[in-house]
Amino acid sequence: MSVRKLAEKQPATFVFNDEMLARAKRIIAKYPAGRQASAVIPLLDLAQRQEGWVTRPAIEVIGQMLDMATIRVLEVATFYTMFNLSPVGKAHVQICTSLSCELRGVGEVVRACKEKLGIGMGEVSADGKYSLGELECAGACVNAPVFQIGDDYYEDADYANTSKVLDALKSGGTLPKPGSLTGRDNAAPKGSPLTLVDDPTQPIPKQDFAVAKAAFEKAKAEAAAKAAAPKA
Amino acid sequence: MPKLTIDGIAVEVPANTTILQAAESVGVEIPRFCYHDRLSIAGNCRMCLVDVEKSPKPVASCAMPVGEGMVVHTKSERANKARGGVMEFLLINHPLDCPICDQGGECDLQDQAMAYGADRGRYNENKRAVRDKYMGPIVSTTMTRCIHCTRCVRFVTEVAGVPELGATGRGEDMEITSYLEKALTSELSGNVVDLCPVGALTSKPYAYAARPWELRKTESIDVFDAVGTNIRLDARDRQVMRVLPRIHEDINEEWLADKSRHAIDGLQYQRLDQPFVRKNGKLQPATWNEAFTAIASKVKGLAGSKIAALAGDLVDCESMLALKDLMAALGSTSIDCRQDGAALDPSVRASYIFNTTIAGIEQADALLILGSNPRTEAPILNARIRKRFAHGLPVAVIGTETDFSYKVEHLGNHADLISKIADGGHPFATVLKNAKKPMIIVGMGALARSDGAAILAAARQAAETCGMIKDGWNGFNVLHTAAARVGGLDLGFVPGMSGKNTRGIMEGAGKGDIEVVYLLGVDEIDTARLGNAFVIYQGHHGDRSAHRADVILPGAAYTEKDGTYVNTEGRVQEALRAVFPPGEAREDWSIIRALSEVLGKTLPYDTFKALRARLATIDPNFASVDQVKPATWGNFGTAGAIASSAFDYPVKNYYMTDPISRASRTMAQCSEEFVLGGKLKSGTHG
Repeated sequence: MSVRKLAEKQPATFVFNDEMLARAKRIIAKYPAGRQASAVIPLLDLAQRQEGWVTRPAIEVIGQMLDMATIRVLEVATFYTMFNLSPVGKAHVQICTSLSCELRGVGEVVRACKEKLGIGMGEVSADGKYSLGELECAGACVNAPVFQIGDDYYEDADYANTSKVLDALKSGGTLPKPGSLTGRDNAAPKGSPLTLVDDPTQPIPKQDFAVAKAAFEKAKAEAAAKAAAPKA
Repeated sequence: MPKLTIDGIAVEVPANTTILQAAESVGVEIPRFCYHDRLSIAGNCRMCLVDVEKSPKPVASCAMPVGEGMVVHTKSERANKARGGVMEFLLINHPLDCPICDQGGECDLQDQAMAYGADRGRYNENKRAVRDKYMGPIVSTTMTRCIHCTRCVRFVTEVAGVPELGATGRGEDMEITSYLEKALTSELSGNVVDLCPVGALTSKPYAYAARPWELRKTESIDVFDAVGTNIRLDARDRQVMRVLPRIHEDINEEWLADKSRHAIDGLQYQRLDQPFVRKNGKLQPATWNEAFTAIASKVKGLAGSKIAALAGDLVDCESMLALKDLMAALGSTSIDCRQDGAALDPSVRASYIFNTTIAGIEQADALLILGSNPRTEAPILNARIRKRFAHGLPVAVIGTETDFSYKVEHLGNHADLISKIADGGHPFATVLKNAKKPMIIVGMGALARSDGAAILAAARQAAETCGMIKDGWNGFNVLHTAAARVGGLDLGFVPGMSGKNTRGIMEGAGKGDIEVVYLLGVDEIDTARLGNAFVIYQGHHGDRSAHRADVILPGAAYTEKDGTYVNTEGRVQEALRAVFPPGEAREDWSIIRALSEVLGKTLPYDTFKALRARLATIDPNFASVDQVKPATWGNFGTAGAIASSAFDYPVKNYYMTDPISRASRTMAQCSEEFVLGGKLKSGTHG
């Protein structure tokens, strides 16, 4: 992560479109009078959904809408890395490079993205269609490595399946269903379940404690003999 | 009232007290960076960790309310170890630049690192570096030194009322900045320098000028507004290097306005350091003898009615009294200390002081401001109004719409609205009537008009009809703009029998009825209207009036003489000399005393002490220093027609109101930045 600042180049104005304005009003109405500042995060999100990124005029407009000092809105916008403070591509691809994904080989995913999109981390393609970014822990470690296109997570990624998704993205075809790219169900184990496999409707099988005790004693005696034996 | 034990001392404090406050009440000091008793609690520096029995972790004492039966150890091994850890983290990124840091020698971090820091760091990685931020001509920033206590953010938001500072980013990348790095638009911005516990925010004009241990400290009184802020003058050799606030709970708490703090560089420029006499139409340097002889040759034998004197805004009471006595000896009754021509009534003390007192604002529950903008006329007093506003004080203003740093209801800008309030016919009159402790502030914008006396009468009537005058509460307040005004009125520097007031003196001089005008530090009048009168100017700066003068007597500025000042509340305070006046300049009272001898009307006091004793005989108030005695209510003002014209706030440019601030380079930068908005910038500018 680095210091998050407003972009150098900024549009002159920002206006919520009718749909977004209606949604903003619904959000503001959820909070009691005088507490409208609580709506700052959802409103910044709406602005980002409309423009693709959070612009300086948007920050000022939201400050006025919520009767907040502009610096307070800026504090929020710079705090959350989910708010893009500079323009991103139409398809914003973000890769989780935190610890779990790193251990599970996210480097290959990064390589696939760079090769397929032809841009580096934090860059936007010349045609403005794609951008590539880093994401601090996506919170889907169980299915690491993870990358994200827009709002959708793609999990269990590797070089091959990431390339496939990106090919579909570039050709304008339908993207695969979000979630695991290896076809596992949510966060279930690969293949078949490993725990809770017994039939819970059947009684628990009886155990012969005498047999178990004999096996335990035998193992103990073997271990003691091994410890007592002179080292070769 | 919970009882607890702190370091073995049993203490009983009100509920909702924090452990830190409770510890302070029994003299146990706990180190802190982010906690400040006049700001909200942030609890983010963690330096105030203490050990509380039965608590699994050390507790941040600044944010922890006391509980019944708590046993707190502030000096246990665990507490010390915790603070040592916090200090180690703070020092990871703090630069080791104390030798070139202006905070060095008076730095909280430096002091506490001596107590809790290790002699070496265990962190081998690079320190972080942060780009410096622009915060205006007064605050200099070295943001790498910032420890993110957020005191400055809380101060400008809560006390100054201009939410412009904030902390952007998070974690290691957190930075304190103003929105788009604009200058802080507050008249109290200099206080963030005092609040900053490290050297991140330091004073720009004072940068690299002096070290705290080289400075001679003098406790004095500020004269740039009528609040009478308690200050400390830090001088080295013959120069006042900086001004800091002193704590006075009833006046300034611990704040100081920017002009009072930073106009002092004006004391180095444009100074009158020797007498001047006009010869052949040109001011020529002269000796004291020549100057006095020139005055004597003009004044001797002249009828008293042809002599007049005016006293300015920064003058001490002793000098005014000496001049008053001299004018009386010369037979003149045309003297006035109200150079703006305000219709203040010297006969009823309650009519010209801030009766509620500044601390009393905190009890008020409705406020009407009439022709005054306290933000520029008395920023410290405005901070007090804002403090009360934060607890819900309805404020209404009759005057131009402007930002007061708190929300006000603008009733309009017609002077005659006050008559409607006095009649009880205005909706806000009902608000005032329903309030338990309503108050009104009448500014010089309302009184320094030709119908000022009528407005004063209407304001008195409004105070009476709206229940502002009752037992134990006087809600009628006049907010002065000049430090000398209340003192002048108290000691009677006003026209005597058949004497002329400021307006009369100006007209008389223009017509030639008055042949000699003595200006004691008077610079806010239109000198072109003085006609052919012989003008004696006594003051410390070659400002407006000195150019018109026929004789200039170089006096001392407020830092260069002892003097008594009475603030707008009627509080008598004594200022002390920090340095000597430059060159031939002398203390003002001694100049007048010396002149009286040349004129053959020797004044009966040879020492400052004797003069001050005489002051106390004029008004016993002068003997009770730092006390405010309730003034008796009376009948004042002259009922009459009030023009419906708009009020004009008296302070147009906060940063330039008097000879000292007009000579100050820092104030010139401030007025360009904040008031003129860079309009003066030319192609060759910076």
